[in-house]
Amino acid sequence: MADAPAVVVENLEKAFGETKALDGIDLQISEGTILGLLGPNGAGKTTAVRVLATLLHPDSGHAEIFGYDVVRQPAEVRTLIGLAGQNAAVDELLTGRQNLRMVGRLYHMPASEVRSRSEELLERFELTDAAKRAVRTYSGGMRRRLDLAASLLNRPRILYLDEPTTGLDPRSRADVWQMIRALVHEGTTLLLTTQYLEEADRLADQISVIDNGKVIAEGTADELKSSTGGQVVEVRVTRAADLDRAVAVLSSIGDAEAARTDDQVATVAAERGVASVADAAEALRREQLDVTDLALRRPTLDDVFLDITGRVADETPSSNGDRPSGGRGRRGERRKARQ
Amino acid sequence: MTTATAPTADAVRTGQITLGTALSDAATITRRYLTHILRQPRLLIFSTIQPVMFVLLFVYVFGGALLNSPAIQQYGSYKDFLLPGIFVQTVAFGATQTAIALAEDLNKGVIDRFRSLPMARSAVLVGRTVADLVRGFAVVVIMTVVGLIIGFRPQALGLLGAIAIVVAFGFAMSWIYAVVGLSAPNSETAQAASFVVTFPLVFASAVFIPPTTMPDWLRVFAEHNPITHVAEASRALATGIGDVTGPLLWSLAWIAGLLLVFVPLAVNRYRKMS
Ligand SMILES: Nc1ncnc2c1ncn2[C@@H]1O[C@H](COP(=O)(O)OP(=O)(O)OP(=O)(O)O)[C@@H](O)[C@H]1O
Ligand SMILES: [Mg+2]
Repeated sequence: MADAPAVVVENLEKAFGETKALDGIDLQISEGTILGLLGPNGAGKTTAVRVLATLLHPDSGHAEIFGYDVVRQPAEVRTLIGLAGQNAAVDELLTGRQNLRMVGRLYHMPASEVRSRSEELLERFELTDAAKRAVRTYSGGMRRRLDLAASLLNRPRILYLDEPTTGLDPRSRADVWQMIRALVHEGTTLLLTTQYLEEADRLADQISVIDNGKVIAEGTADELKSSTGGQVVEVRVTRAADLDRAVAVLSSIGDAEAARTDDQVATVAAERGVASVADAAEALRREQLDVTDLALRRPTLDDVFLDITGRVADETPSSNGDRPSGGRGRRGERRKARQ
Repeated sequence: MTTATAPTADAVRTGQITLGTALSDAATITRRYLTHILRQPRLLIFSTIQPVMFVLLFVYVFGGALLNSPAIQQYGSYKDFLLPGIFVQTVAFGATQTAIALAEDLNKGVIDRFRSLPMARSAVLVGRTVADLVRGFAVVVIMTVVGLIIGFRPQALGLLGAIAIVVAFGFAMSWIYAVVGLSAPNSETAQAASFVVTFPLVFASAVFIPPTTMPDWLRVFAEHNPITHVAEASRALATGIGDVTGPLLWSLAWIAGLLLVFVPLAVNRYRKMS
């Protein structure tokens, strides 16, 4: 079987007034794999999904789903895709079962299949007991699962999941992850957007990191991690107020610049491994900074993101103007500083 | 897991819409919105009581005073004048539900889901407006029953004609509100915008009083107001008093005109929405 990619996206652009939501995106997804589209708020993830789901016309560029063009052949594309949008698009006033049956009918499935498929999905997403209740009585996790079930009615060849676990508690999140894995096991191709690096790390075969409408890095989770160049020293200060000083201290122990990754956490590249940790400990003691944790660890995708963009992944830019514009430039600077 | 039974018709596979699938999609959506109406019993009760309350208030508060007007006297009672007219008010306000519901669906992402399905692009709008038509019809029937109890005496056949023209007009109005709903940022704005359109049309009309007593500028507006034409057609049909042909032709022209303009506008907006 020819290995034509399931999804090909080339130089996709979409602007909303002044905002370039998509600024020339390229993506590829091989059939049967998960692409994680990772980016902070406003990166353009939802915009990309909306274009690929035929909901939005791009300004320029090109996108194909199994060879069908999303702009010129939207009807064909719609028969192949399933969409679970960022907000669970379920009907509050209908029951769970009615929601699924309605979607099945709108896919023009035969009546008997609408019924059997709805029951099958209710069962699979553990909603059978709640199937007779109006969705407005459902919890957030149940809504998500119902939304996911609705997106699967037609057995789509490719499924778009836009931040499927945002707002879920850890248990429900783990449930959704498990369901996603099962789907891919069955051969469904998946485009998953997320702000959670951990989520992309755990689920995605390939990751495209996007920011300001551009792909700023791509590869497997391991490739991205190794590209940041090794281990990091991480310090957690006792009082958030001390964080600025901690960043200054960590920056002083080597050539690399330290960065904040949380309210109370700062990291810096461990240029000399354990020796860097020792230096950090010594410097922190001199400055009499109270820390609750000091460790050497493997880089996570958080570090990758920080390294590429110069800011933390889940930090919300207050406005477009405030965003550091040259992610690459910043990375260049830091690289240079290390030499 | 078992593999999907391949959909038989080519049309299903390619996602092309035929007249058959368009009708079945519209029916599915109509059913959805009618279920909504039934699942909100309090909304249903109050939105039914409201027009009934209007009938009773107008009949008993203004009825006596208004009978001095010769234009109303010819109907014998204010009830016979008012009821066929107030039907129009009911469907015009009822149709604003289309704007509110569509704006809400849009906000909740439900429209996104529908737009990502291989269903007819007209179905959500047709389904919503037809649901409003069904509801409008039911409410007008309830008002008629209340009217009959308090002494409204229409001509049986004419009454059916009156209800038909009124409900058809309400359906046409729904398409204006569909455009409003698809353009509004949220359902509150959709509702407010709809009311701004509807109030002047309903009150500066021949629904409650003959326009003859209005100041000139307002009378000119009222006489050309589509709601006046429909109210007069409905009144003439139901009571057998006054000219039917003129207002009926005007009403049909307005209904056709509104549909010709607003159906394509709404469908186009739905199709192109971002
Ligand atoms: N309909 C719209 N009108 C105007 N601007 C928009 C619209 N949709 C998106 N944007 C802007 O485009 C940019 C990208 O938005 P998008 O929703 O794609 O981001 P995202 O990555 O999905 O963010 P989040 O994680 O918050 O969901 C943002 O700056 C957003 O404000
Ligand atoms: Mg988003």
